[in-house]
Amino acid sequence: MKIRLQNVVKTFDTFRAVRDVSLDIESGELLALLGPSGSGKTTILRMVAGLEYTDGGQIYFGETDATNIPVRDRGVGFVFQHYALFPHMTLNENIAFGLKVSRVKRNRAEIDARVQELLRLVRLEGLGDRFPAQISGGQRQRVALARALSVDPKVLLLDEPFGALDANVRRDLRRWLREIHDELGITTIFVTHDQEEALDLADRVVILNQGEIVQQGTPKEVCRQPNSAFVMTFLGDTNKVSGIAKNGKVYVGNTEVQFAYGQADGPVEIYARPADLEWEDLHDGIPAQVTRVLDRAGERRVIATTREGDLLEFDVPPESSVEAGDNGHVVIRRAKIFPAAARA
Amino acid sequence: MSAISSRRKPPRVGDAPWVRRSLIGFVLIIGAFLVVAPLLVIAVEAFSQGLKAYAATINHPDTRHAIMLTVITALIAVPINTLFGVAAAWAITKFDFWGKRFLLVIVEIPFSISPIVAGVAYLFVYGLQGLFGPLLDAYEIKILFALPGIVIASMFVTAPFVARELIPLMQAQGRDLEEAATSLGASGWRTFFSVTLPNIKWALLYGVVLCNARVMGEFGAVSIVSGNIRGQTNTLPLHIELLYHDYQAAGAFASASILAALAVITIIAKVALERRGAGRGRKKLSAANAVATETIS
Repeated sequence: MKIRLQNVVKTFDTFRAVRDVSLDIESGELLALLGPSGSGKTTILRMVAGLEYTDGGQIYFGETDATNIPVRDRGVGFVFQHYALFPHMTLNENIAFGLKVSRVKRNRAEIDARVQELLRLVRLEGLGDRFPAQISGGQRQRVALARALSVDPKVLLLDEPFGALDANVRRDLRRWLREIHDELGITTIFVTHDQEEALDLADRVVILNQGEIVQQGTPKEVCRQPNSAFVMTFLGDTNKVSGIAKNGKVYVGNTEVQFAYGQADGPVEIYARPADLEWEDLHDGIPAQVTRVLDRAGERRVIATTREGDLLEFDVPPESSVEAGDNGHVVIRRAKIFPAAARA
Repeated sequence: MSAISSRRKPPRVGDAPWVRRSLIGFVLIIGAFLVVAPLLVIAVEAFSQGLKAYAATINHPDTRHAIMLTVITALIAVPINTLFGVAAAWAITKFDFWGKRFLLVIVEIPFSISPIVAGVAYLFVYGLQGLFGPLLDAYEIKILFALPGIVIASMFVTAPFVARELIPLMQAQGRDLEEAATSLGASGWRTFFSVTLPNIKWALLYGVVLCNARVMGEFGAVSIVSGNIRGQTNTLPLHIELLYHDYQAAGAFASASILAALAVITIIAKVALERRGAGRGRKKLSAANAVATETIS
């Protein structure tokens, strides 16, 4: 089902959690709401679910205005960050709960059959008689998903679904959620503060900051064309170098950086990923001195200081013999340049 | 820690042998003098003139009436206060509203106020010279020196018991479970009975048990509002005091033994309830550890 948010506003006391957010979610889409804590992403999700009421604006499910439909009748499946499984019920009972309380009456056999089907879907066959406390975190999250799916929701909403799990389980579950989504084709929105998770999983990523949408697009679009310094820095490790734009050229100190810059002259900030920087002994780049070298599994991470005092981080191959104190040059291969004033 | 290892290793903070011994000894001695000795005296004195005398005292119409009145008071006050406690705990932990902290303070006031103050206050509100006294008198509604007054005073004193047990627990549990149930289509009642209640039942029972013990044992507030009319408005604690002042020591002790027995039963129930709650938690935890290593198969 297609979901549309139109100028949605939410204020808690005096804190404006969500400011005038409009967003279209296509039917069958897997959408990530990505942002730092306090960016309003969970509030948006809870408003779509009906767990919070909007202070302004409309939420449409298809053509229906769902803004004032209570959560009970909204037909959403909600997966909570900490699972919220009913601790006194077995997994079977947890999954059957939504079927039992439904206004659509089902007989026991129907409910049992549906529960078994869902347990199979989340690959927990045979564990139905256990209690939530007797299974692992990853398994709990899958039960929570099965329970949310039991009521055939129009839309599936997940609040930081993998936040409480350790890294390996997270990665597995992420791939698995993608498979389930592709299999069921249900419109899904999930909230995360982990950019890797959002980029890994979603068809489209909506990046939020301070209650507003900063940028939205496919993972490719937001990664390749970040529209602001915020998006650039939020999506991954970023180096920031101050520079000056003059006549369409950009200079760091006295070094010209080889980028076309179409905007007005003045101070700029150059943002580059560690992978976009290269360390050269002789080649002319930005002069810098190595401050520290961190040895990692696959590469050596170099931290260097420019003459202007900017810290740069980049990687060199494991066989490189760079050590702290070395002087050299940093060449920027690829970068995004934003006017310095744009940085809030 | 065994004696040998404690000699070898430096003691943990506050675990020096003399600290341990003197602390434990101190608590044991004080406990024996303050708690155990009086209970023993009650038991001994109650039966000092034989079982027959004991039975006769209990069987005395005034005593029986006092017992009845106490039980009736508990039967009215405890359920109402249980409802009040659940409602208050629910409101305070699951809703956000203006004045929430204030409500929390209100609920706790009876804990910090002397019951006798409550009794006097009720006298001023419902007494003949009180606020509503003339009005109540005009309609011939008797609150003071009658059952309603006793029940109201008992309820005042025990109002916080259930809420106090539930609030920390329900605060820790948060709203997720209720939200999950509602999002799955459950009604408010269904959510309460299927999800909330099963998760608070041990704390709730514990609160009810404590509330009941206090209602039956309440003296100060009730003694003011009941008027101490023998065979009419005397609850068990008041009856014991009367017997004592009448120099009927054996009778007083016999009646007191009923209250003491009630206290002991309460404690046993409390321990049983706590075991029940804790045991479940421990069992779950070890089971959870056993399978925590499992991931996606």
